[in-house]
Amino acid sequence: MTLLTMMAVVTVAIVVQRNLFAVVVFGSIYSFLMATALVALDAVDVAMTEASVGAGMSTVLLLAALHLTRGQEVKPLQRPLLPLLVAAVIGATLVYGTLGLPAFSDPQAAIHTHVVPRYLLESLRETGVPNVVTSVLASYRGYDTLGETTVVFTAGAGVIALLRRRRGEGQKR
Amino acid sequence: MTRDLVLRILGKLLIPFVVLFALYVQFHGDFGPGGGFQAGVITAAAVIFYAIIYGLPAARKFAPDWIIESMVATGVLIYGGVGVFGILLGGNYLDYFVLAHDSVHGQERGIFWVEVGVAITVSGVMLKIFYMFAGRQRDRDAE
Repeated sequence: MTLLTMMAVVTVAIVVQRNLFAVVVFGSIYSFLMATALVALDAVDVAMTEASVGAGMSTVLLLAALHLTRGQEVKPLQRPLLPLLVAAVIGATLVYGTLGLPAFSDPQAAIHTHVVPRYLLESLRETGVPNVVTSVLASYRGYDTLGETTVVFTAGAGVIALLRRRRGEGQKR
Repeated sequence: MTRDLVLRILGKLLIPFVVLFALYVQFHGDFGPGGGFQAGVITAAAVIFYAIIYGLPAARKFAPDWIIESMVATGVLIYGGVGVFGILLGGNYLDYFVLAHDSVHGQERGIFWVEVGVAITVSGVMLKIFYMFAGRQRDRDAE
């Protein structure tokens, strides 16, 4: 509860704050709080990813991007009523969607009765890997992870294609 | 390059441990939390830490662009290669149990190489993106 309150406070601070440097730092703090919440939920692997990618890497990249731009958020030109309406509608739809989910930590929920028992009980015997997260990611769901790796590769290739200085571009100016 | 003595000394002290921790996360991912993705990010973070303290040219000397760019593709190729290897040994794509005589050992071997591939691609991409952003800043300063 304390964690969620702190996260809510940080979110409000991000919205109110106009100095982008402060926004980036608040975003990093938010990621660390999120990582702590994930540790509290026993999802250590995800927490590690959140702390290293969310709080570490994104902060560094955003700060690097901030160096290239101005540090102050500009005032919007017109009142953002339409975006506010769209955001409110989408938010309400998502909240409505959560009503259909099984109750939190319900052992009879569909995801816990389908393949999870096999993963939990058989993973050590079938793969010899005690950490179920690793065996699911790399073995049972190997195709998904191959897809994710390809997504990361594509992201890198996209950034290279967009930001690379072409030969001779420096001399033109 | 920063002249801050405290940062430089601390960086020198800490970066080896960051790299060591990345290796631990990589190879201990079978037993504890972690794995290729996290290890890749931590490795990239160590180099970025170095680049921030000692300057981008120093980091580029240590990890040149061509290595980083080939890492981006190498990881995916290793991952895909494990799958193709499975086909060559008589299984389906990404079947690990054919990789060794014993199916459990095959699984362990497959997971190991797949995680290596993930780590290489992830750290390559992270470093490349950072180099791109930081390099632009340096170019503009030179103008």
